[in-house]
Formats: sequence, C-alpha cells, structure tokens
Amino acid sequence: MSEPISALNHASFDGIAKVEECGLQGMITLRGNLKDKVLIKAVKDAAGQKVPGQREALVDGDTGVCWMSPDELLVLVPYTEVEAKLSAMNNVLGGTHALAVNVSDARAVFRVSGASAREVMGKVAPVDFSTDMFQPGQIRRSRLAQVAGAFWMDDDQTFRVVCFRSAADYAFKLLKVAAQPGSEVGVY
Amino acid sequence: MLTLKCPFTGALLDETELNCGGEAHRKRFGPGSSDEDFETYMFTRENPRGVHFELWLHSYGIGKWFIAARDTETMEVYGTYPAQTTEPPQEVIDAINAKHPGWTWREFS
Repeated sequence: MSEPISALNHASFDGIAKVEECGLQGMITLRGNLKDKVLIKAVKDAAGQKVPGQREALVDGDTGVCWMSPDELLVLVPYTEVEAKLSAMNNVLGGTHALAVNVSDARAVFRVSGASAREVMGKVAPVDFSTDMFQPGQIRRSRLAQVAGAFWMDDDQTFRVVCFRSAADYAFKLLKVAAQPGSEVGVY
Repeated sequence: MLTLKCPFTGALLDETELNCGGEAHRKRFGPGSSDEDFETYMFTRENPRGVHFELWLHSYGIGKWFIAARDTETMEVYGTYPAQTTEPPQEVIDAINAKHPGWTWREFS
C-alpha cells in the first residue's frame, strides 16, 4: 500500500492569521432521515455524538458530526479508523434507507486561527462573521471566493474549513492572500 | 444585492452563492400536450415590475431548490419556501398583501 498524503501535506502560512492544512481527516458523508432511530444510533456509535440540529457542528478534535443539510451529515473520524467506522456504521444501518460513503480522500481541511481569523474568513465568504451571528458550534456551507466550502469554529479564534481536494491549492492560496500581514480590515 | 433566507437551513444566503432557476410554479406540459400548452410552458414567462416568484438553488451550499417571493422593483423579499410547494404559503401571501393590496401574479393573488 502506498502512503496516503493529504492534498498539501501540512502546508502553513503565518500572517494576520495562521493558515494550516490539517492533514488527513477521516470523513463519512451520511444521507438519510436524520430522525431515524437507527441512523441516530449509527452516528452515536461512530462519532460518540448525537445528531446535530440545524446548522450545528458537534466536533471535538478529529471526531464529530456536522449538519450539512436536512438529510445529510458529515461524520468526522480519525483517518486511520474511517474504514472500520464505516463498515460498523453500515452494519448498524442495515436495511435502513440511508447512504454512508467514505469521502476522506475527496476533501481537504484547513485551519485558520488567530485574533484576525474572522477577518480572513470574512474576506473570502459572503457570510456575516460577527460574534453574534457566527459562533463555535455552528456550521455554514457557502463559497470560498470561487469554490464551494464548509466551515465551522472550533473556538472563538479558530475556523476549520473543508473544501474539495481538487480545490485545495486554490483555497490555500486564497486564504494566504486574505491573511497577508498588514491586511486587517478591522470589521470584526 | 439580494439576501435570501434559506427555508432549509435558516441561514441568510448571499445572491453570489445562489443560482436563479427562473420563474417558479410552472406546470410542465410534455409529450401529448397541445401545441398551445407546450408553447406556453416552453416560452411564455412573467416579467413583472413588482411581485415575482422565482426558483433559487443554493449551488455553493446544500444544493437544494427553494422559491423566493420578491419585488423586482424594490428588491424586497416577501418570503422563501421549499420548491416542493405548489402554491405560495399563507404567510408569504399575507406579506405581499400588506405591501401590494390587489396584486396578481399568474393564477395567484
């Protein structure tokens, strides 16, 4: 087996915020009826979390669950455990009308951290990042300039950004430019 | 610039993360329909100055369609609701009535 490597292999940049590629992250896309008891149990077993409510992200480190749409969840597990977690999840789901797929290698994950993290994100996404509108525990799917992306906050100064792996280079360069030293706007 | 509230996520979406799908509440006329019905379905569109119903897709997000009732002149948004809805919900109609008493749009008023 060849050694798996993430899109940008932990590239990082220090500016008004620190931009890092987080490396490999296990991700399972789960679609189905989010109120279904079997699905709720499958999520609990895999990530140790309840099914999140609307726009909620229940993430602790590299494990957690994010609400992606009324019928879709993103289950985060450590990269090395993703195959085992996925087959366990499929066992629990059994004949339930649901679909779980390993999408780990189709994605790239970034961390944007620092006092100006909100500023950096505010430059690339058409979202209100003021503290009363966007807080840790919330997830938003939107665009990062010209590519689709999802992001949530791990704490008040740290964003985690997910995009397609094929757009990883673009997203990293974009965040790098947005985090250039001296480029604070002073809005957030 | 429009800001539409997504009926599925409750988030305020910017026009730039959406795609407009044209006129809403169209009835499809396919094979076997009369030429007049097919022509209307295919080519005839409302182009009002005022109340309008449009399909919107959150293409940079959850990928679901919804319908927005808005004013093409003032850019005011009266409400949004899922695309799986055959007629505007009462609260949207009420919101339009409050601003435009006596409005009509195709078969709705």
